[in-house]
Amino acid sequence: MSAESPHTANTPVTDANPAVDGSELIRFDKVTKRFAGNTVLDNLCFSVDSGKHVTLIGPSGSGKTTILRLLMTLVKPDEGTIKVGGDYLTHEERGGKLVPAGEKHIREVRKNIGMVFQQFNLFPNMKVLQNIMEAPVQVLGLSKDEAEARARELLDMVGLADRCDEYPSRLSGGQQQRVAIARALAMRPQVLLLDEVTSALDPELVAGVLDVLRDVARTTDITMLCVTHEMNFARDISDQVLMFDGGKVVESGSPEKIFGDPDHDRTREFLSAVL
Amino acid sequence: MNWDWSNVDAFMPRFWDGVLVTLQALAGGAVIAFVLGLIWAIALRSPTRWVRWPVAAFTEFIRNTPLLVQLFFLFYVVPEWGPSMSPLVTGIVGLGLHYSTYTSEVYRAGIEGVPAGQWEAATALSLPKRRTWTAVILPQAVRRVIPALGNYVIVMLKESPQLAAIGALEMLGEARGFSNETFTFEAISIVGLAFIVIAYPASVLLRVLERRLVR
Ligand SMILES: Nc1ncnc2c1ncn2[C@@H]1O[C@H](COP(=O)(O)OP(=O)(O)OP(=O)(O)O)[C@@H](O)[C@H]1O
Ligand SMILES: [Mg+2]
Repeated sequence: MSAESPHTANTPVTDANPAVDGSELIRFDKVTKRFAGNTVLDNLCFSVDSGKHVTLIGPSGSGKTTILRLLMTLVKPDEGTIKVGGDYLTHEERGGKLVPAGEKHIREVRKNIGMVFQQFNLFPNMKVLQNIMEAPVQVLGLSKDEAEARARELLDMVGLADRCDEYPSRLSGGQQQRVAIARALAMRPQVLLLDEVTSALDPELVAGVLDVLRDVARTTDITMLCVTHEMNFARDISDQVLMFDGGKVVESGSPEKIFGDPDHDRTREFLSAVL
Repeated sequence: MNWDWSNVDAFMPRFWDGVLVTLQALAGGAVIAFVLGLIWAIALRSPTRWVRWPVAAFTEFIRNTPLLVQLFFLFYVVPEWGPSMSPLVTGIVGLGLHYSTYTSEVYRAGIEGVPAGQWEAATALSLPKRRTWTAVILPQAVRRVIPALGNYVIVMLKESPQLAAIGALEMLGEARGFSNETFTFEAISIVGLAFIVIAYPASVLLRVLERRLVR
């Protein structure tokens, strides 16, 4: 099985876990990304079906963060295309040709994608409630009241209903990260990107954040792309695990398969090092 | 030389005129320097070369030529083909323009001090560029540079006597005139004191602000 072929990259999983609605939501097609001559992603092809929870694993420097940042348009691919919900992310079709997309097009496609960062990145000059309301009001055009209702509901879900009038600096890391999750969800994204969201937290705060994410995975149909070192969490929530190395997908399959009986030595080595 | 209070009494009316001019020049100049400096700083981050380059050249030029030359230029040359302004207004514009090229550096440092993660979070939420600047970046950047901006107000206070060169008689200009006419020294002493009386509380205030804002 060739991991490079977009059609076979996730075949093992589709058999094991029928897709929620079967349609393809994200597709990387021959994506290459270099940083200063260093090829981080090499002709990468993979796709993610709508509603799936996918965990990306792989050694440090294998490009997991880069994949999420490409989806969030924080970096641009050097070659290849990325599609989200059938639309090209950084390209537009004009007169039958693919051209680099304008800011407006990128903005439209990107609205479907939310991200939670390792360092939370809450806006320190805004109170918790305002952090969550900001984008729904400014980007989706919600009224203040609608946005506030939505924000309060989400804060309730992440267990911080009583902290809405605090500034982020007055919250613990774990609380800040839960606010950041609420802020991303307030945009009602189709896709949620999670990049090592518990790595910056003190050990005793990790569980609270992971519980919130388990909740999100269980109660919503948001597609999740998640980079994590929390292998138990990955096992719990994932429909599919992608193992990366050398800028390519080494192996892809259900968590049972990847964690239990991987096909590739590279995966085996990596897992024995982290587990 | 003996201190003569009658000289002080005689100088007082002109002193207050001078103080008024100093304070007007300072307030007006500071407002212009704060606003223009911010505009330069944002323009210097424009993705468009045709915005960046002229602004960079202009601010570099202003910063590296003497304020006095700029005041003469505004007062004697500009009216040849442009607006002609009173000495005080010319002084305010000159002072503000000159120091805007310094405050723009202050803002630049403040903007660069905002962590990259803030821009990334704004992008991830699809906030429009303008909103990202006004609601996320500038509130954080300006907060941490307020003390540095305040420092330039004190610098401007100390440079304000240059306005006398184009006939805007601020307090030192008034004192010099008075002393030259009367061959006395009290007026100069009073004005020296006045600079301290204005500058010292200002710098204390700045230090308090610094402690409260920059954390
Ligand atoms: N902005 C950048 N400039 C230069 N090099 C970069 C940049 N971003 C990433 N890289 C390089 O690209 C490679 C992949 O980085 P990436 O952060 O995607 O890896 P990762 O799989 O997320 O690793 P980790 O598990 O350590 O987070 C690394 O070698 C990194 O040094
Ligand atoms: Mg990473």
